[in-house]
Amino acid sequence: MSETDVAAEAHEDAPVASTTLFGQDVLYPDRGAYLATVESLRDEGYCTATDLTVVDYLTHPGRSGLPGGVQPERFEVVVGLFDHARRERVRLRIQVPADDPTVPSLFDLFPGTEAMEREAWDLFGVSFEGHPDHSRILLPEDWVGHPLRKDEGIGAIPVQFKSASDRR
Amino acid sequence: MAAVRLDLGDDERVRRRDGSAVLRMTEVEAADLVLDPHDPVTGERAAERMILNMGPAHPSTHGVLRLLLEMEGETVLRSKPIIGYLHTGMEKTGENLTFLQGPTNVTRMDYASPLFSELVFALATEQLLGIEVPERATWIRMLMCELNRVASHLLFQATNGMDLGAVSMMIYGWREREEVLRFFEKVTGLRMNHNYIRPGGVAADLSDGWQDDVRHLLDIIPPRLDEYEVLLNDQPIFRGRLQGVGVLAPAEALALSATGPILRATGYDWDLRRDEPYLAYDRVDFDVVVGTCGDAFDRFAVRLEEIRQSLHIVEQILDLLPDGDYRTQDKKVTPPPRARIDESMEALIHHFKIFTEGFHVPEGEVYAAVESPRGELGCYLVSDGGPKPYRMHIRGPSFANLQTLPHLMHGRLVADAVAVISSVDPIMGEVDR
Repeated sequence: MSETDVAAEAHEDAPVASTTLFGQDVLYPDRGAYLATVESLRDEGYCTATDLTVVDYLTHPGRSGLPGGVQPERFEVVVGLFDHARRERVRLRIQVPADDPTVPSLFDLFPGTEAMEREAWDLFGVSFEGHPDHSRILLPEDWVGHPLRKDEGIGAIPVQFKSASDRR
Repeated sequence: MAAVRLDLGDDERVRRRDGSAVLRMTEVEAADLVLDPHDPVTGERAAERMILNMGPAHPSTHGVLRLLLEMEGETVLRSKPIIGYLHTGMEKTGENLTFLQGPTNVTRMDYASPLFSELVFALATEQLLGIEVPERATWIRMLMCELNRVASHLLFQATNGMDLGAVSMMIYGWREREEVLRFFEKVTGLRMNHNYIRPGGVAADLSDGWQDDVRHLLDIIPPRLDEYEVLLNDQPIFRGRLQGVGVLAPAEALALSATGPILRATGYDWDLRRDEPYLAYDRVDFDVVVGTCGDAFDRFAVRLEEIRQSLHIVEQILDLLPDGDYRTQDKKVTPPPRARIDESMEALIHHFKIFTEGFHVPEGEVYAAVESPRGELGCYLVSDGGPKPYRMHIRGPSFANLQTLPHLMHGRLVADAVAVISSVDPIMGEVDR
């Protein structure tokens, strides 16, 4: 049994912290319980993953609204699930530390998150363990950096061009 | 929900990791496999299986979509959409514009239906602010959005026809769309990228005589839709190009997070306007159009019928649109009227503050979603209490829908690839953002 499996088991029975913000249900599973939580939500009837994105809280670390017991970290993976039969949405916010920005991939549960996870990797540098095609999606494959991070500047930067092929 | 349970089909097809439909390969790896007649090794391998590059500047790729197709003869085995050619970092830009300037940014995402992006951004901001917009503003938003849906679907009819060789359809579709855009120009000042729907309401009231303009649209468009049906539906070549091409089951569409006409064409009855009503959609009558077998023809037919449903909604709005303000009178978000600025120093300062610093939005995070012509358009906003969003994420329906492409093209001829791309109707501005 791998380390993540142990962590998932340990959290299986522990209730996941939750809040309601602006009438929207938000769950705060920690990284170890993330996959298990999404899987049980899927089995409950949340049939589609509408959205997956990341927020970098580097310059806004003291955000309020987190329930007690949730340790704020720099990155937050935000996943939106939708239960069509009950017409209910739920949002998951998973805290991901800056020194190890890795979360398990949702591909096996919701293959529709494939492009969204690639985008999150591309723009934030959060990697998704077990993703079938862990590559950049919007930026060129040889791009350096993750531009939506708060410590990436804006304004004039040299644009990286691929050298034109000399084969023709 | 309906008592009859829809057979969802098997979604295992889209879960496979071995990539039986999705080509998971870097561009560099693929470049090595591209047929090179001078290379005896790759030349031989390419004889059986080759990588064909399509786009990014192919006329049928609706902008700058590039596809890597793994072909055996003329059959597409695996494929990979390569996107990002239109990526301009709009989510980063959104973090550096105030909430008031925000709509000017998001409106440039889905350029075929700009009002929806503005709407979803405004709805999310208003939820964070906790303000109510006046009834009239809500109904004006609905009117403009439904007309925008008409314009967007007309654009689809035009390009879909063009992609399949029905070139006259392109001219007809653009002709009708132009009529709608002319109305938009009259109301918002611009044909596209309107910046019309803003947090707190809309930028301006409807123009004088708008009822006549809208009635004119209601008069001319439906008969022309009937003409399209004669031109396209009854034409064996057109049907042959679309029927049975790019079939998707409801379970696959859900698993791939596809929404909008693609999901509805599979026979899955789902529309946010009805199932999660926003604005005043619960007070108008309309049908959710669904297909039967989820092929390219169904996606075409669903969109054609959705134009009629949108016009039906517009017709009801003509009678129901209430009088009143077109924007909230909450002084925190709405600048003072022009006349007040001449009389009052405070009004001038107030005006200046709103347009330079912007209004502060309470701390929090919120997700708002609307049914755009392409599916669920969502906006995830995080505010740190300042005048600019801390994070602004747009869930683009085209971005998610594009994932269905490899599954729709798998095992079909390369000529069908064009029909399939067209039927998914991706807007690359929104895919790449």
